[in-house]
Amino acid sequence: MEKTNYKQDINITPELMARINELISHYPEGKQKSALLPVLHEVQDAHDNWLSLELQTKVAEILNIKPIEVFEVTTFYTMFNQKPMGKYMLEFCSTSCCAINKAEDMMDYACEKLNIKPGQITADGMFSVVGVQCLGACGYAPMLQLGDFYHEHLTKEKIDLLIDDCKAGKITLHDK
Amino acid sequence: MGRKILLDKINIPGIKTYEVYRQNGGYASVEKALKMEPDAITEEVKTSGLRGRGGAGFPVGLKWSFIDKKSGNPRHLVCNADESEPGTFKDRYLMEYIPHLLIEGMIVSSFALGANLSYIYIRGEYMWVFKTLERAIKEAYAAGWLGKNIKGTGYDLDLHVHCGGGAYICGEETALIESLEGKRGNPRIKPPFPAVKGLWQNPTVVNNVESIASVPWIVLNSGEEYSKIGLGRSTGTKLFSVSGHVKKPGVYEIEMGMTVEEFMNSDEYCGGMIDDRPLKGLIPGGSSVPILPNNLIFKTANGEDRLMTYESLSDGGFATGSSLGSGGFIVYNDTACIVRNTWNFSRFYHHESCGQCSPCREGTGWMEKVLWRIENGEGRMEDIDLLWDIQSKIEGNTICPLGDAAAWPVAAAIRHFRDEFEYHIRFPERIKNRDHFTNEPFEKVKHLLKS
Repeated sequence: MEKTNYKQDINITPELMARINELISHYPEGKQKSALLPVLHEVQDAHDNWLSLELQTKVAEILNIKPIEVFEVTTFYTMFNQKPMGKYMLEFCSTSCCAINKAEDMMDYACEKLNIKPGQITADGMFSVVGVQCLGACGYAPMLQLGDFYHEHLTKEKIDLLIDDCKAGKITLHDK
Repeated sequence: MGRKILLDKINIPGIKTYEVYRQNGGYASVEKALKMEPDAITEEVKTSGLRGRGGAGFPVGLKWSFIDKKSGNPRHLVCNADESEPGTFKDRYLMEYIPHLLIEGMIVSSFALGANLSYIYIRGEYMWVFKTLERAIKEAYAAGWLGKNIKGTGYDLDLHVHCGGGAYICGEETALIESLEGKRGNPRIKPPFPAVKGLWQNPTVVNNVESIASVPWIVLNSGEEYSKIGLGRSTGTKLFSVSGHVKKPGVYEIEMGMTVEEFMNSDEYCGGMIDDRPLKGLIPGGSSVPILPNNLIFKTANGEDRLMTYESLSDGGFATGSSLGSGGFIVYNDTACIVRNTWNFSRFYHHESCGQCSPCREGTGWMEKVLWRIENGEGRMEDIDLLWDIQSKIEGNTICPLGDAAAWPVAAAIRHFRDEFEYHIRFPERIKNRDHFTNEPFEKVKHLLKS
């Protein structure tokens, strides 16, 4: 059976809090709930790419809204992970234009190389592979998303190189 | 036909930065607009004939004129940069390489609407573009184009960029507003329209990136000049996102009115088909619009040249035409499997349905399952009529157009490629044993159906 009770260390650093406050300041007073999506992205990026219920509750507390208001959002949008994912999450687009350009082959290749199935994490917690819907890179297919960036015109050689670069710590995940 | 007004400066080195953009005439339309009457700007946009570039093609000036100015409530302009229609990636290109053009358009358009707080809603996956826009907005604040009392005119405008969380439905304007309020992206029942009750129940206009980016040119050169570009009611230039089996996929700006044939075959644009294989189908406006079979791509049913305009692409209605939609131009050659591709789209719409309306929530799932079994050689002949029945019961029976968008591709595939569905059902052993990427062209096996 799949494990569900994962633990997560919550650490809202002063830098993260400053960024959250900056995002909240983009909306009128009393409308701080509007900052929820941008805030969740920041918090998730700072917490190993996932949001535990405890962390989501913490976000609710910061925004002064009910925890359920956060849960209903995190379960609706696909970018918020409810369980741990690999540090490097390779998200392969699988919609039409990518599909006719062998996206499936590319994803299979990455899974085989990392010895995991789509949705799983490697034993060292470094990688996950996920199939996703259209990411708006149809003219540059096949492609994958890694952190804040797109990697387009994929080939098996490019996937090899990318995975090597991740292992060597040469990949920047977030554009801060 | 080679006229460009959106991407004309895109190759200037450093145009991404404020300094270079400004040196090349950037923000001139703001200087001009702030001396005009706001309603006069709306009139210019009306005269221009500019139609919404997100997909629906509704006249932009007319949409602006609906904004409620009587209630006295604060007004907002929200730019729809959610761009998630499969086949569409033009807005991303524009924002990534010339972000200040969108910001300039946002300032002029907000001024015309009397909005003092505006947002750009960008899809969460375009995170690096979100950051690019954030930096560009900071530059615009520092240069005095945003904030209080802009350039001493007394006009205040705050502009922020907001990111989504990965949901196609947020491209629908009322779902986008819900999402901007920090909620699930469930579309609202209209009326009231956003122009009356939108963001935080305030009057709101939602416009696509490309629409807003066209406004600076209109303000500088007049609506009348803009209306002279293009053909008939398809005024101006349009960005097309080209993908699929062509030699040169990418984003192209064209003056509307060019023939589809020229656009497809000229070296300046698509460059013809990859490996010179035969053209099988074209989706001219993003995954939601009907696919055209090869005999209806370059010519309409009446035998006239098919043109890159709203009117010509929809000529013949859905029976023999399609729609310009978002300009997501997806080209398929003879190796593409229509059943597999239609299943792929149905899977997309099923995944993206918000779940509010039963016909869409359930129907998209049924279509995906039925298509999957046909695609895997397990279909029954009556499945084709079943699919037709399901799609017809989704269309028009949902709060928002996602239901229609899910129904149309299925209907068009059956309408134009019914024999390919029949082949899948009659020859399951051939279907089960094929390789999807070296797919035997259907044209070569079609004769089996006569046996």
